[in-house]
Amino acid sequence: MDRLPKWADVTLVPLVSLLLAALCSALVILAIGQDPLEALDVMIQGTVMTASGWGYTLYYTTSFIFTGLAVTMAFHAGLFNIGGEGQAQLGGLGVALALLYIPWPHWSLALLGAACGAALFGALWAAIPAWLQAKRGSHIVITTIMFNYIAASLLIFLLVDVLRPAGQMDPATARFGPDAALPRFHEIPGLQTLFQRYTADGAVKLNAAGNIDYQIVPANVTFFVALLLALGVWALLWRTRLGYDIRAFGKSEAAARYAGIGATKIIMIAMILSGGLAGLMAINNVMGEAGRLVQNSASGAGFIGIAVALMGRNHPIGVVLAAFLFGFLFQGGAELGLWTKIPIEMRIVVQGLVILFTGALDVGVRMLLTRLFSLFRRPKPVAGGAV
Amino acid sequence: MTKDAPIAIELKGISKAFGPVQANKDINIAVPKGTIHGIIGENGAGKSTLMSILYGFYKADSGQILINGTPTPIPDSQSAIRAGIGMVFQHFKLVQNFTVLENVVLGAEEGALLGPSLRKARAELQRLAQEYDLDVDPDALIEDLSVGHQQRVEILKALYRQADILILDEPTGVLTPDEADHLFRILKGLRDQGKTVILITHKLREIMEATDNVSVMRRGTMVATVKTAETSPEALAELMVGRKVLLEVEKPPARPGALVLSVQDLRVRDEHGVERLKGVSLEIRAGEILGIAGVAGNGQSELLAALGGMMPATGSVSLNGAPLPLSGAGADGRSRRAAGVGHVPEDRQHHGLILDFTAWENVAFGYSDDPKYQANALFMSNDALRDDTRRKMETFDVRPPDCWLAAKNFSGGNQQKIVVAREFEQNPTLLLVGQPTRGVDIGAIEFIHKQLIALRDAGAAILLVSVELDEILSLSDRIAVMFDGQIMGTRDPDTTNERELGLLMAGITDTPKGEAA
Repeated sequence: MDRLPKWADVTLVPLVSLLLAALCSALVILAIGQDPLEALDVMIQGTVMTASGWGYTLYYTTSFIFTGLAVTMAFHAGLFNIGGEGQAQLGGLGVALALLYIPWPHWSLALLGAACGAALFGALWAAIPAWLQAKRGSHIVITTIMFNYIAASLLIFLLVDVLRPAGQMDPATARFGPDAALPRFHEIPGLQTLFQRYTADGAVKLNAAGNIDYQIVPANVTFFVALLLALGVWALLWRTRLGYDIRAFGKSEAAARYAGIGATKIIMIAMILSGGLAGLMAINNVMGEAGRLVQNSASGAGFIGIAVALMGRNHPIGVVLAAFLFGFLFQGGAELGLWTKIPIEMRIVVQGLVILFTGALDVGVRMLLTRLFSLFRRPKPVAGGAV
Repeated sequence: MTKDAPIAIELKGISKAFGPVQANKDINIAVPKGTIHGIIGENGAGKSTLMSILYGFYKADSGQILINGTPTPIPDSQSAIRAGIGMVFQHFKLVQNFTVLENVVLGAEEGALLGPSLRKARAELQRLAQEYDLDVDPDALIEDLSVGHQQRVEILKALYRQADILILDEPTGVLTPDEADHLFRILKGLRDQGKTVILITHKLREIMEATDNVSVMRRGTMVATVKTAETSPEALAELMVGRKVLLEVEKPPARPGALVLSVQDLRVRDEHGVERLKGVSLEIRAGEILGIAGVAGNGQSELLAALGGMMPATGSVSLNGAPLPLSGAGADGRSRRAAGVGHVPEDRQHHGLILDFTAWENVAFGYSDDPKYQANALFMSNDALRDDTRRKMETFDVRPPDCWLAAKNFSGGNQQKIVVAREFEQNPTLLLVGQPTRGVDIGAIEFIHKQLIALRDAGAAILLVSVELDEILSLSDRIAVMFDGQIMGTRDPDTTNERELGLLMAGITDTPKGEAA
């Protein structure tokens, strides 16, 4: 069997898969009587052609990096953590408790405290399925899915009956204090000039108070935290003894027993780290954007993390790139709903197609490319033994 | 080769490639009717590919198969059976809860009702049993039969389908020496009745013992076909490997030192609660090799697993006088290594290596907390690890010497060298070695044996488990024979012989069960 060169395997396979997904999406858009080229134009204009488009795209990207890293961490231990959604919601609870009940003097300290709360609650929520897997043999896929539902119900109960301020109508916590607000991209000195508005004659637009009128975007400093964590996950997995043991265990449980790598220990640690990463997503959406904890706060990012990890080949660099792709699709889909007759649900269709082609059908794409490659290569028979 | 005997089967210019790998290259071979023809070669020489082509599993890229002088295409195994070819695989293809009779008839039923077929088969089996000394109870369930008898059923199946040419792929791997001798008697009986037998093996002793002619394969080509009577094991080994090979291990007498390992009443139950180790006691001193002989599956694996910390056990084990925990905390591979126990596991692919890891990652396997592989308190030093790997690859002649190659891409012998290099170079006080040369080329076997002796002479206590009796006999300073989870007796390799060991391996003993001390 011929093999694809490594560069082609890493770059061409996902690119061709994406192209095929885009083509299929175009067909779907055609089928509902809309113009796919116009749709593509709107998506690109609304994401990467304007500063505010970037501000939204990177906000979504940030969330997906966290959940993608979470799936990646568990995957290397041979565990499929489907519970990112629930862990992220619990992370939101951690953030809310840290910010509602502790007065923070400065946003940086608040970030630290909220991050601890988010990671702790997310980790706890993952630790229970991990313990059930390690000690009782309950399959982690089943238990983490179930824990998503439990998390959702728990959050509704807490938001409705415990955390909701008296007299408030919607099931959400009170707003966090102004000192706990994270700097968003349009508030960060240096970065903020990108988000200035301009008047028709090209001058910087000012608001009624005479200050510069910045476009408000949700992307915030958490983006940089996410990038740092990606680096951290890479260093942990490929540069430390613990990472070595996690990867060895994930590749072969039988061999790990030979080497004396304890199954319980690795399962617990990997899931706690995974849940912590998923929980940390809450500092982006709950603390950075919403400023309070609402129902269904993770809004699907936990599940998208699975696709992100899958597409990113469970490598932090891949996860960051894939997270950006899904951020683009998420924001671009929203733009479609806003500016065209194409409903916003189309982004779910496009996401589904991307997952289908990059995740499930990439074997076919790889075979296709392998065949194409071998057409252009002269076969070189090498003497050797049977395989 | 006898010129006058008609040729039963002839291969002309058979070639087969898997992608860039040429598994068979222009193979020519003619097997005269009524002979036992051996095919010998190292692992990966292309023997199995060739036989798979003969039995219709693979289609040759080019070449011709002639049966009794007629060109016969063999596109599938049904055609092979019609052409009179019968195959006995290394791993039997029998239905465990069917009787012998039912297994023989399976796939060769005539008509919708089983009754007539079974009656016919019963008569036929009786005839075959008398003619070829192939005695098996037709009503016994397969699962109740010994491995040797199961193999006879496979042979009967082939004969029942009127096979004239019988191919046996590594038939003795699972047999005791006694059973193997019986098999060879059966094969000679078949030959004398005019059947043609092709015997594929990597064991020189069997070729010399059982065959009339022998063909040697090396790296996909047929390098020679000679009369067995006119060759020698040394000459065959040289043909197989392509250079002179030392078959006998040069071994200075052991100088046993202090007691290193003491095992008392070691018992192990598997996950189904079946007792696999039924009270084993043994002792090993520094600078000696205790060989454990036995047919596979008689508790040797569990002995290694329990001592290596892979399986909980009861009893008492002490290493240099200090007790080793057998279950719970401290009874794991890592603690064992910290205590100075090295372990070359029986199954390098499932236990000894992470196949997807690179060679250098595998060198740290089990030793990831070794101080020499750490850069600081936080990070491992992959550079130090890679340097150490390159050095090990040179010392142990691992080919290719590429430390970035994934373990799965090395040949079996070179995979084993990586494991051996890792475990030997930690200078263990006690080394557990399981099947050190299973699936390993002759050249590499010679090397691994030398290293084992060197480690022994450096003062290590070595527990050697192998199903290869030759290996046990030539390496061990004392031999303990295991049967059914117990040690049947201990023998001195200089005074015992294969026959005596073979009886013990079959559980037959006239002396009381002794301790291997």
